[in-house]
Amino acid sequence: MGSNHDDISFSDYALRQDQLDSIEEILLADLVDHGANNVLLIDMAGNIIAHKNNGQCEHDIYSLAALASANFAAVDTMAKIIGEQEFSLLFHKGETESIHFSKVSSDFLLIAIFGKSITLGLLRLKVADAINKILKIMK
Amino acid sequence: MAFVNMKTKEVQAKIVFYGPGRGGKTTNLEYIYKKFRERIPTEMVSIKTHGDRTLFFDFLPFDIGKIMGYDVKVQLYTVPGQVKYDATRKLVLKGVDGVVFVADSQVEQRKKNVLSLKNLQENLATYKKSIFKVPLVLQYNKRDLTDMPLLPVEVMEKDLNSQLKVPSFEASAVTGQNVVPTLKKIISATMASLQNVLK
Amino acid sequence: MGSEYDDSATFSEYTLGPEQLDSIERVLQNDLIDSGVHSVMLIDMAGNIIAQNDNGQCDHDLYSLAALASANFAAVDTMAKIVGEEEFSLLFHKGESENIHFSKVNPEFLLITIFGKDVTLGLLRLKVAEAIKKINEVW
Repeated sequence: MGSNHDDISFSDYALRQDQLDSIEEILLADLVDHGANNVLLIDMAGNIIAHKNNGQCEHDIYSLAALASANFAAVDTMAKIIGEQEFSLLFHKGETESIHFSKVSSDFLLIAIFGKSITLGLLRLKVADAINKILKIMK
Repeated sequence: MAFVNMKTKEVQAKIVFYGPGRGGKTTNLEYIYKKFRERIPTEMVSIKTHGDRTLFFDFLPFDIGKIMGYDVKVQLYTVPGQVKYDATRKLVLKGVDGVVFVADSQVEQRKKNVLSLKNLQENLATYKKSIFKVPLVLQYNKRDLTDMPLLPVEVMEKDLNSQLKVPSFEASAVTGQNVVPTLKKIISATMASLQNVLK
Repeated sequence: MGSEYDDSATFSEYTLGPEQLDSIERVLQNDLIDSGVHSVMLIDMAGNIIAQNDNGQCDHDLYSLAALASANFAAVDTMAKIVGEEEFSLLFHKGESENIHFSKVNPEFLLITIFGKDVTLGLLRLKVAEAIKKINEVW
């Protein structure tokens, strides 16, 4: 029975190893190499699909992924309550580190943690590029 | 951390349904929502995954009427039960006034019940609350299942309630059996602990 | 083990008398609603609504919004800690016609404003900052 499998989430999507490899290459080449410190592709349940960082991050990425998916879903629900389809932008700014959220598709979110080595403008551009490429791979 | 509004004579209290994943926390709230639809003016809020698992919480505000001259609103929340959601689960517990622990009666879930209760104790402690002092009710859910081996109630009492010694109910959230008595019990326990302030 | 716990005080550490609540509601009215904000709530971190005001044309589900806003604020706050930030400074979500803005009043309280096109974000921030200052003076 299903209840045995509490820790296993069955997903609607299936990604092959070569697809995951390609996605990680994109995270690295488009985002980390341009100054993003830590990048995660997660699903809406908070599972980490792919991640890359600059080798200097020791963030607890599992908690981060769970919190990020919950944050996104809570914001989405608030949007519905006040009569909006969705809110366009999700970005949190800190003193030195900031977090940027982007919806890749109805199943996935791209989370980028970045500092002062990349501007928000450039990051957005790079995130948009990366999302386009990731979507092509997932097809 | 209930809030008493002396001006509007309104009390808001937070009751959280805790327990292992797929134990029936959300089903409890859904039953309450269905049963008391006319007293709950808003939609139930559920933040869940595409796979229908609770991701952050369910939320149901429930107006229970006047107690000692105050209009009492209990806010019912569930937590995500899956182990991996501990960070979010902890957040939902903030400011909790009463807890319903929904245990899964299936034999194969025995260990998960114990681990989840221990997790509740740890997470309450991060808010400087003791599981021995917070208003708490246990619910042994899924007693309606006939095709699965179930734990005898005595075993569940021994596993979960031998030290706590709090009220417990055999229940079925799916059929609604003892869902309302569980709710009534936690509300009265929570209100009793708040009463000194209302006087 | 009792001494390290404080459950006997299940109640909020703050108490607000009717006069204080009146003063707070007056601030919400004069500084925010009269400036064009559609709906405003002062909530605590557990999701309780402390004070509320609107322009009479909103029928949002306020209790749900308060629950979502407090939980979401906590999620964002935890993410900040994970990436090594004290807190994230800005929490604002933009929709097609309605926007939502969150501000921390103090460690206990959040101010939530919902506003449309009749207030700019700049003006809103100014008004929110003033309101917060006044609210903090009330107790």
